[in-house]
Amino acid sequence: MKIVILGGGPGGLYCGLLMKKANPAHQITVVERNPPDATFGWGIVFSDRTLASLREADYRSFKEITDHFVIWDAIDVRYRNEVIRSGGHVFAGISRKVLLQILQRRCSDVGVELKFHSDLTDLRSLKGYDLLIASDGVNSLVRKTHAKVFQPDLAVGKSKFVWLGAARPFDSFTYIFEENEHGLFQVHAYTFDGATSTFIVECTKQAWLNAGLDQASEADTIAYCEKVFATSLRGHALLSNRSLWLDFITVRNKTWRHENIVLLGDAAHTAYFGIGSGTKMAMEDSIALANAFERHSEIDAALSSYELERRPVIESLQKAADESRTYFEDTQRYLHFDPMQFAFRLLTRSGRVTYDNLRIRDPQYMESVDRWYWKRQVLDAPCTTPFLVVPTPMLSPFRLRELTVPNRAALSVTSSGKASDGMPDEHHRDQLVRRAQSGAGLVITEVVAVSPEGRITPGCAGIYLEEHGSAWKQIVDEIHARSSAKVAIQLGHAGRRGSARPRWEGLDRPLREGNWPLLSASPIPYSSRNQTPAEMDGAAVARVRQEFVQAAQRAREAGFDLLQLEFAHGYLLASFLSPLTNERKDCYGGSLENRMRLPLEIFDDVRAVWPKERPIAVAISATDWAKNGFAVDDAVLVAGALKNHGCDMVTVFAGQTVIDEEPQFGAGSLTAFSDRVRNEAHVPAMTAEHLTNTDQVNTIIAAGRADLCIMDLPV
Amino acid sequence: MQVGIGLPTTTPGTDRALFFEWVRRAEQGPFSTLGVFDRLAYDSLDPLVSLSAAAAMTSRIRLATTILTGPLYNTALLAKSAASLDVLSGGRLVLGLAIGARDSDYEVAGVPHKGRGRRLSEQLAALRDYWEENTIGPKPACPGGPPLLLGGLNDLTFARVARYANGYLHGGGPPATFVRASEKARAAWVDAGRPDRLQLWGMAYFALGEDAIDAGMRYMRDYYAFVGPFAEKIAAGMLTTPQAIVHFVRSYQEAGCDELILFPSVSSISQLDRLADIIG
Repeated sequence: MKIVILGGGPGGLYCGLLMKKANPAHQITVVERNPPDATFGWGIVFSDRTLASLREADYRSFKEITDHFVIWDAIDVRYRNEVIRSGGHVFAGISRKVLLQILQRRCSDVGVELKFHSDLTDLRSLKGYDLLIASDGVNSLVRKTHAKVFQPDLAVGKSKFVWLGAARPFDSFTYIFEENEHGLFQVHAYTFDGATSTFIVECTKQAWLNAGLDQASEADTIAYCEKVFATSLRGHALLSNRSLWLDFITVRNKTWRHENIVLLGDAAHTAYFGIGSGTKMAMEDSIALANAFERHSEIDAALSSYELERRPVIESLQKAADESRTYFEDTQRYLHFDPMQFAFRLLTRSGRVTYDNLRIRDPQYMESVDRWYWKRQVLDAPCTTPFLVVPTPMLSPFRLRELTVPNRAALSVTSSGKASDGMPDEHHRDQLVRRAQSGAGLVITEVVAVSPEGRITPGCAGIYLEEHGSAWKQIVDEIHARSSAKVAIQLGHAGRRGSARPRWEGLDRPLREGNWPLLSASPIPYSSRNQTPAEMDGAAVARVRQEFVQAAQRAREAGFDLLQLEFAHGYLLASFLSPLTNERKDCYGGSLENRMRLPLEIFDDVRAVWPKERPIAVAISATDWAKNGFAVDDAVLVAGALKNHGCDMVTVFAGQTVIDEEPQFGAGSLTAFSDRVRNEAHVPAMTAEHLTNTDQVNTIIAAGRADLCIMDLPV
Repeated sequence: MQVGIGLPTTTPGTDRALFFEWVRRAEQGPFSTLGVFDRLAYDSLDPLVSLSAAAAMTSRIRLATTILTGPLYNTALLAKSAASLDVLSGGRLVLGLAIGARDSDYEVAGVPHKGRGRRLSEQLAALRDYWEENTIGPKPACPGGPPLLLGGLNDLTFARVARYANGYLHGGGPPATFVRASEKARAAWVDAGRPDRLQLWGMAYFALGEDAIDAGMRYMRDYYAFVGPFAEKIAAGMLTTPQAIVHFVRSYQEAGCDELILFPSVSSISQLDRLADIIG
């Protein structure tokens, strides 16, 4: 085959080398616009896994790479004049220039033709090839020429970055954070030879503008960054190599192939540099493409096979890279963190590295994390006695007012749907007691109705009668006598989702008979099958407020340790908060401040009768998962307002406000929402992410993403 | 975990005699369920007709559509067919539905492809209403109607499972893929406050014996040709040895699967016999 490879970066060169090795009869030409020794950038990072695949694909270049690379295993986080080091992460760094030279030599060895100084503006000047491999980078001409087929999606990151070098080696992968009057500036640095390091400076667009860097020349940028990072640079210079301030572009394409043309490397896909993978992805693409051609003689089959193999791997990497990118775009959120927590949050940012992973990589570091967490987060005591034997973060207690929850695991009860007239019965007792005895720090009831029409189904539990109060008291007493768990009651009113059949028949199905009238912020039914609720008028508002107060009083007498108000899941109070369900024109509708008004009034009412020493939590929905609905920014404001009113904790859920929603499951979204609410509104948070093991909980708690975690365990 | 077997309704060469022998031996064998595919624009037997025929000559084995392409069907007619099958089988029907992956089926049926997700949601709500209200009848043998399972891999599928269905059916793959999907189904289920148990079903293909593997691979490549080169990957996942089957079954069991349906890729009664030996 006559093969033309457009772009002589690591991907293109490696591809040419491997294809020629596999079949020397191929006529392969690499077309590169730059001279052979010119390059942008500085160093390249490989993980130990990548090195293993390179070793197998072409031993000779692997050997040369290992002769030239620098290896290290530590990550340093420099923040607030402290350096937190963790080990066990194996990296290799090599100069991009040296890598290119190695690959250029190998290509020449095997007979791949290298054409430099060939800057193409029009693909039509390339003729007579059987296969065109487009490894022409993030601004790929091939991709642009055939955009209708490839259908690229280019997502621009929020932050600005500049790829500098530093004339000093770092003996670890180093993250540096410095704040000045313009904003937060952060560095990703790593050494790639004995004397020089990659030094990527990143900041928000606002900080960039504040510092006047949009007007800066290369020299200005160097001078500014040398000043900001003077402490870390220790007098060494920063270096520029056509280094300009850029936005990070995440490239995705609907397909990577078009007839006998295939995209490879950055042309096909990019991933935020925070997980250091661009060159790795390109070289691994080359391995896959060469292998595909060994398996299939037909071009179409080979290209399909290549894309089939690489796409899931790339998409997974891009997902992790996106998590990393959003972390680095929003690092300001964590500036109030202790350096130890700041570093742990950074290390676990992409979801691929967890508490348990880190414990294996560097047990001593994790001991220090556990000890720090115990000393600073739990005891908050600058104590001279060193704490050496400490519980893990998950097993540490958590204090809210005078309540001490013994550990961070919470178990909640799903309504059985079998209560009679709201009466908690043997089933409720059994469910709660068993959860309490399982060792959970906190057990939470189902949503307990403040009135008969506040029930979701006729089988929901209530607390609107004296008998209910007594029954709950018996259950609470038993939990306290037979376990060390604390017990919370959730108080709610179903709103427009009430008068429904038990949920084993499906959600929100109206009762066949015995329907009761529904209330909501506005007369909008949950679906065409559901009753239209009445818009709450002044009398209804007064009545419901009173119902919540009386419910809280009974809950107090029953001895519940914590009270949680239900403002989520599209029930009554949620219907006031969401613009999709609240179309009121009075003081309870319109702006977010108005939509919060009734929920806050009810909070105040309840807080007034709830004992001062006992905490109150509020369940909120971070997002409606629907267009024009309530979103995370709103949730942060609501959480802030609740905190000002004396709310001790926010439990972060999402969705079910409307039936026409596009939810996300199992992707860490709820943890991300909890993280945002906790760290922007500065209020303790409980996450409702679906969690099933201790590693998840330890990772979330130690990283400051939540204070308590609701778990799903086989009780 | 229970193991079921698929009907050979989409594999080439199935005639009346083979079909009825297959059903007879499945009923007598260690299989809990008979599964069946729905592939309109493909040389295959209709799933509901097949299950009805199987119902008439069995009394124990469960009869499951894994899956029917719901939006292709008129909902009232589907409600009646399913309820009838439920009655005539003595309450052994499990109705698995999904939006289906093949545009060709929609084209042939003259049903718009666009909006099929919404149609499926509406259909799921309506089916239960029909079965309960008994306006068109018959009243299903299973109170409230047969169990509903949903297939699919996107988040909307999991949301539908929690809102309308009784379980989730995973479309096949290595155990890790089943684990990932079923965890999401569980997350949606718990989030929705469902008090009942989420059923988790999985499936896989098999071809046992040297004489069957080639033919099996040919069938798989043909059946899945519509996905393009991914067909090769699916075909490669076919279980072709007793050890592979035992290992797969164990892995799925550990992953929390309640019911695993193994589908033949060759229309030969020996396939059922060989599988029965391994499972039994």
